[in-house]
Amino acid sequence: MTILSIKVENRPGILWKVTQLFRSRNFNIESISVGPTENPEFSRITIAMHTEGQRQTTQIIKQLNKLIDTIDVSHLDEHKTVFRELAIFKIRINQASDSMEINKIAGAYGGKVHDARRESIMVELTATPDHIAAFEELVRPFGIIEVARTGMAALQRAGA
Amino acid sequence: MAGRAVPNTEMTEMIGADALMRSLAKEGVKEIFGLPGGANLPMYDELYKSDIRHILVRHEQSAAHMADGFGRVSRKPGVCFATSGPGATNLLTGIATASADSAPMVAITGQVPVKMIGRDAFQESDIIGMANPVVKYAFQPRTPQEIPETVKKGFYIAETGRPGPVLIDIPKDTQQDSADISFPEEVNIRGYHPLSDPDISNIERAIQMLASADRPIILAGGGTIISSAFSELQAIAEALVIPVVTTFKGKGAFPENHPLSLGPIGMHGHAEANKIMSEADCVLAIGTRFSDRSIGTFEEFERNLKIIHMDVDPAEIGKNQTTNVAVVGDVRMSLRIMMTLLKKGTAGKNNQSVWVKRAREMREYWQENLKVPPGEMVASRILKKLREVLPHESIVTTEVGQHQMWASLFFNVLEPGTFFSSTGLGTMGWGFPAAIGAKVAKPGVPVLDIAGDGSFNMTENSLATSVLEDIPVIVFLMNNYTLGMVAQWQRVFYERRMIGVDQKQCPDYVKLAQSYGAEGIRAESLDEIGRAVKTALGNNVATVIDIPINPEEDVLPFVAPGTSLKEMVLPS
Repeated sequence: MTILSIKVENRPGILWKVTQLFRSRNFNIESISVGPTENPEFSRITIAMHTEGQRQTTQIIKQLNKLIDTIDVSHLDEHKTVFRELAIFKIRINQASDSMEINKIAGAYGGKVHDARRESIMVELTATPDHIAAFEELVRPFGIIEVARTGMAALQRAGA
Repeated sequence: MAGRAVPNTEMTEMIGADALMRSLAKEGVKEIFGLPGGANLPMYDELYKSDIRHILVRHEQSAAHMADGFGRVSRKPGVCFATSGPGATNLLTGIATASADSAPMVAITGQVPVKMIGRDAFQESDIIGMANPVVKYAFQPRTPQEIPETVKKGFYIAETGRPGPVLIDIPKDTQQDSADISFPEEVNIRGYHPLSDPDISNIERAIQMLASADRPIILAGGGTIISSAFSELQAIAEALVIPVVTTFKGKGAFPENHPLSLGPIGMHGHAEANKIMSEADCVLAIGTRFSDRSIGTFEEFERNLKIIHMDVDPAEIGKNQTTNVAVVGDVRMSLRIMMTLLKKGTAGKNNQSVWVKRAREMREYWQENLKVPPGEMVASRILKKLREVLPHESIVTTEVGQHQMWASLFFNVLEPGTFFSSTGLGTMGWGFPAAIGAKVAKPGVPVLDIAGDGSFNMTENSLATSVLEDIPVIVFLMNNYTLGMVAQWQRVFYERRMIGVDQKQCPDYVKLAQSYGAEGIRAESLDEIGRAVKTALGNNVATVIDIPINPEEDVLPFVAPGTSLKEMVLPS
């Protein structure tokens, strides 16, 4: 997984220019998130993608840098970066014991339980994409009614 | 986009369109190619009052090509105007052409009023959205106050670094509304860093690499022409005694009659250039993007070849080829530094006499032994005749098709930076309006468009502009009444299943020229061609020289798509 953190001018249409660049250069986005930075003049776009090696990664970084609205692009090292996704699961309750089971799993993954009802339960999870995938596998047998996931937010650790 | 305009406290009340014209005048704009319509009428009303000359086109695509031709020759952005909707979309092909060939241009379109945007208004199109992939930047100022800064930034972006087209889309109310407006002296764009200083240690490594190579070669691309690095290139080639090939876009970066010149490589390159390129072990590639048309298959080209890549655009380094040494920066500056280091004797000069001799022999062999089809009126003889009679300083443009590739093969460019073609996008219809733009940029020299009938048909109504605006250029029409390049591929790759290529002796180009008030001359022999070109050079009106050629003649040699430069198809 390649994680790119792109600081851009905070103006309308810029997210579109970035995604347009990915499309026209034949690169695929795995997930994307965007939001304002500490300075309201800039936004940060975090893109997770699979690349076919260093050459492709270098090329996409160069093309992103070439965009005039781009301030800087960093290629984040997975091992030196805090990166998280938010996921919300609505899971089916088939029998009374399911609720407790799901609560236990959610607890193990640091999830928060919302809206526990007789037929379903909602779990909010903030974790790495791998953890979210593992959680999903564990709760799949109960029946996943709906999932909503964000893209990734990521920042390199200080001194890394 | 970023950016801080250096404030200028002097404010004057005026409408947006007035601010636009004043801003253009401040950029030194003397001519605008365009066509008016509902959404840019306020601009035209101010143009009426200004000293800037308007050159009326008959189709907006031609306006963009004229601005492109003007920009390539003058190295300042050419300016074109179009209205909203279809006017703007008609510009797009011309904008994309300029983008593919890194030509400086500022295209200014009218747009429906701000409040109507997004409501599918009459003649509304999202031209910013459509143009984004083919412009260096697109602006849509929404208040009159933004206009001066936008224009200043637009010109700065279009002409610096790797040049390219900029679009400024101005809603009609932004043009019409009045405001207190000031004009910035300079602009600063924080996300745009067009030039970096070349890394001297990399230039030193490049010199070492060239010096230790057995078979070094220089490949000059279009960037060499854009940065006018002609004398620098020649000085380096002569100092190191290295054979020089070019890309098609770089054709004429180096005089093609120079003893070290072997001409363009690529699909329609010279046989000797492709052969020698395939034998080289180290290349100094200057201002080139290693296009598939130039180098054939990417993997084969870089095999056993050390690549030194000089380019102003860092994104070109490593895009198509693995680079051993990269020198990012203006190539003229990089070559100058290289020359200074060479004079200091940073690296010993290698004795490459065996290799240079091989290159010379290769050139002599192919110039003598390339089979020419029988008869007088064949492409090579026609273009050699043209070269004999056309003054060296003349600017030559081409259309797109067989004639263009024959020009690559048989028309020698002797004065650097006098040959221009739509090489990247391959836009039919480019050559004639681009020639008009070139003539506006450099009225003192003859300008000639090497044309084919299919391509000329696309923008031939620019004859009206040429005649009425008194911008005389010559159309050297190699006429086979066929979409010849497609016909050639149908002959070679589709077993002569000819479809959609026959133009059936229509129109009569002499009469067509005459109907516009231009001169039309039919030339059916080499002597007649010589006389016709001389007549055209003395004319003060556009002249179309209609030259009938054989529709069965192929462009040979050529390199088939998806193959390497070694696998050239030769005339049998």
